Amino acid sequence: MSDVAQSKPDPNLTRVPEVGSAPIGSAAEMRLTRLWESAPGWRGWLSTVDHKEIGLRYLVTAFIFLLMGGIEALIMRLQLARPDQTLLTPEQYNQLFTMHGVTMIFLYSLPILSGFSNYLWPLMLGSRDMAFPRLNALSYWIFLFAGIFLYASFPLGEAPNAGWFNYVPFAGLEYNTGPNIDVYALGMVLLGISTTVGSINFVVTLFRMRAPGMSINRVPILVWGTLTASVANIFAIPSVSLAFFLLWLDRQTGTHFFDVVNGGKPLLWQHLFWMFGHPWVYAVVLPAMGIVSDALPTFCRRPLVGYSAVALSTMATMLLGFGVWIHHMFATGLPTLALSFFGAASMVISIPSAVAVFAWIATIWLGRPVFNTPFLFFAGFVLLFVIGGFSGVMTAAVPLDFQLNETYFIVAHLHYVLLGINVFPVVGGIYYWFPKFFGRMMNEILGKWSFWVMFIGFNVGFFPMHLAGLLGMPRRIYTYAPHMGWSTVNMVTSVGSFVFAAGILIFLINILISLKRGAMATQNPWDAPTLEWATPSPPPAYNFAVIPFVASRHPLWEDRLDEGGGRSSLEQGYLLMEGREMIGTTPLDAKPDIILKMPDDSYTPFFLGLFSALAFTGLLLHWRDFTVLMTLACSVSLIVWMWPRKALVQRVPDSIQDKGATHG
Amino acid sequence: MAEAMQTAQSLPVGSAGNRSGGWWGVLALIVTEGSLFGYLLFTYFYLASQTEQHWPPDGLPTLLMPGVNTLILLASSVFVWASERCIQRRQMHWSIASMVLALILGICFVVIQLHEWSIKTYTMTSNLYGSLYFTITGFHMLHVIVGLIILMMLLLWIVLGYFDDRRYAAVTIGGLYWHFVDVVWLFVFATLFLSPYLY
Repeated sequence: MSDVAQSKPDPNLTRVPEVGSAPIGSAAEMRLTRLWESAPGWRGWLSTVDHKEIGLRYLVTAFIFLLMGGIEALIMRLQLARPDQTLLTPEQYNQLFTMHGVTMIFLYSLPILSGFSNYLWPLMLGSRDMAFPRLNALSYWIFLFAGIFLYASFPLGEAPNAGWFNYVPFAGLEYNTGPNIDVYALGMVLLGISTTVGSINFVVTLFRMRAPGMSINRVPILVWGTLTASVANIFAIPSVSLAFFLLWLDRQTGTHFFDVVNGGKPLLWQHLFWMFGHPWVYAVVLPAMGIVSDALPTFCRRPLVGYSAVALSTMATMLLGFGVWIHHMFATGLPTLALSFFGAASMVISIPSAVAVFAWIATIWLGRPVFNTPFLFFAGFVLLFVIGGFSGVMTAAVPLDFQLNETYFIVAHLHYVLLGINVFPVVGGIYYWFPKFFGRMMNEILGKWSFWVMFIGFNVGFFPMHLAGLLGMPRRIYTYAPHMGWSTVNMVTSVGSFVFAAGILIFLINILISLKRGAMATQNPWDAPTLEWATPSPPPAYNFAVIPFVASRHPLWEDRLDEGGGRSSLEQGYLLMEGREMIGTTPLDAKPDIILKMPDDSYTPFFLGLFSALAFTGLLLHWRDFTVLMTLACSVSLIVWMWPRKALVQRVPDSIQDKGATHG
Repeated sequence: MAEAMQTAQSLPVGSAGNRSGGWWGVLALIVTEGSLFGYLLFTYFYLASQTEQHWPPDGLPTLLMPGVNTLILLASSVFVWASERCIQRRQMHWSIASMVLALILGICFVVIQLHEWSIKTYTMTSNLYGSLYFTITGFHMLHVIVGLIILMMLLLWIVLGYFDDRRYAAVTIGGLYWHFVDVVWLFVFATLFLSPYLY
């Protein structure tokens, strides 16, 4: 940069960041609070860009979607508990299982992990916010509006009804004439925008927003997991957005992409969907595995065994994950060579997965486990991961898949994987970070109850599904005849699902009680090693009064571990308080590179999100003028957003002023 | 203490070129948008390889106008690049002139492309090739229009005197997006106009 070396430096353009300390109550600390705090009341609520607030909103919203999807599942389990039930009509059943899948896979499983990562990343990385705070807010608002959009037609009995992977030609206009599929198609394109901008934010945050000294080999595994998932999303989301957009074009304008009569190919849908779909499977589990890799060692009282191996296997899983999508299409009549290749690739994934599993087992084995609630959830997760992984390897075998395809065995597998690797770490993660979020501990007795009830209910509910599949029960049937021999397994499954739901209920009660009456949490109640535990519980708006200098992978365990490489400095660091400021560091070594000016709170993300959602509503309802108007409103919002600001030094400053002496 | 860390070093403040967040952000945006075009072209090749229809239905495409239009688009990229270089050298008038030229060339591309659309004998709905042709070029046209709005904003901001050789990250970032729109056209061009000559 030519401007760095100019003879008379302008302090607005280049300066030496001041190093100091800012203990709580000092003038510097109070200045930071004023700079970073959001306005009180609804103004702050609509305009905040604080990653902690956005993270909690993500967590709460996604959890509400989990409950909605769960209730849908329970209704289905009532219908299937006994043969020949008539609680639901076939069409109602179709909409319920579709919305259950859409909700759990798109509105719960990734957003909840985005919630953790949004809240935790800046704290773990020693930063004051994400790289793009306003984009973060936009990502949340669009997620919320897309969720509402996808559910809007549900009360009218016109919800998506072709299954979450929405195969054509059944999802085409010929067989599905209502608005159901259009809602799904447009909602998914809208949601894709949210996921994409969120992923871009994570990637740039990792590359630029780490505390000085936190080189790439010192970041927590959760960061590796979310990074890998985000990079994958950046490549994979366009595929599904395009697929849904082309389907919408087929349905609304009469194009022929999936139109069999005029040369369109239904398999094109399956390719586009699963080229996205399989990486997505890993996107919704790798950050959750990261939660375990970071939190489990705290309860084993030792560092994770094989940090580098786990980090590398995380990325290897995703890399391989881009080359296995055909295993969702084994039964479509593709050439044997393709089946063999993709079957083999799918089996290879068990290698990096096993690396992670053995790392967790070794961590427990070599540590001195403390059997707290979070530990139970993480240890339970390891077991469920092994079972789900094993049934995954079974279905990777092409001949076996021919037999098991579209049976309850697949349903059992995907629930072991998604609940086992996502829900259990998520609930464990909430138990673990709850003190950081809210400054109070969760109740241990209720916690242990919630684990055991959930764990038993889960296995009672989902393990028999393997048997139902082996007995030949197809998925997605709304009822079955008594003589099929599926009655017992289905009854057991239904009972188990309600037990599982009771476990979730205990967990929710625990949250409510702990929010009010939980024991006050200290800064680091679990004696954990990572940076988020160096902030007060809950953390102040600015996160870190001074930007720490990091010298190891476990900044809070350095005195005990003595890994070499000196000691991290948490009390002394960059003050950076000429407005909202952060240090930008180099991508690999995390050397100080730039003083970044961070944006203030802004209403623009909310309005941009709202106008986008309204534009999609206009498309759905064929309100042409309204859609055009909303698109213009989006453009205006974006121009307002992007307008170069002096405060952010996006423009050249007016004149040279010496501001250097005004703080301190 | 992290002794190895040099803390007393002078650092640039705010959006400084490729150290700014936006520069990294637009690169990530380009990756995801590039993937989108990748999947679009995959769709084209997948359907073209499986079709039993005459492909393309009108016979081999003529290359003259699309070729000229490609050169026009690439030339506009050169002028956007030149506009940025002129800012670096504090030649603001040249920068503005260059950006105006880039804009005019970009608008020429749109006009010629609209003309190309109008002389087609098929529409988006008449056959599979038409659906592909108009969706792919339509997607690209959308990106060109967004790009032109960005160039207009950049021009306005340069005229307003927001940038000089010390801070001009917006021009770098907006310029990158425009270069992407132009480069991705080369792939679209190769797919729609050149690849039919290969089989």
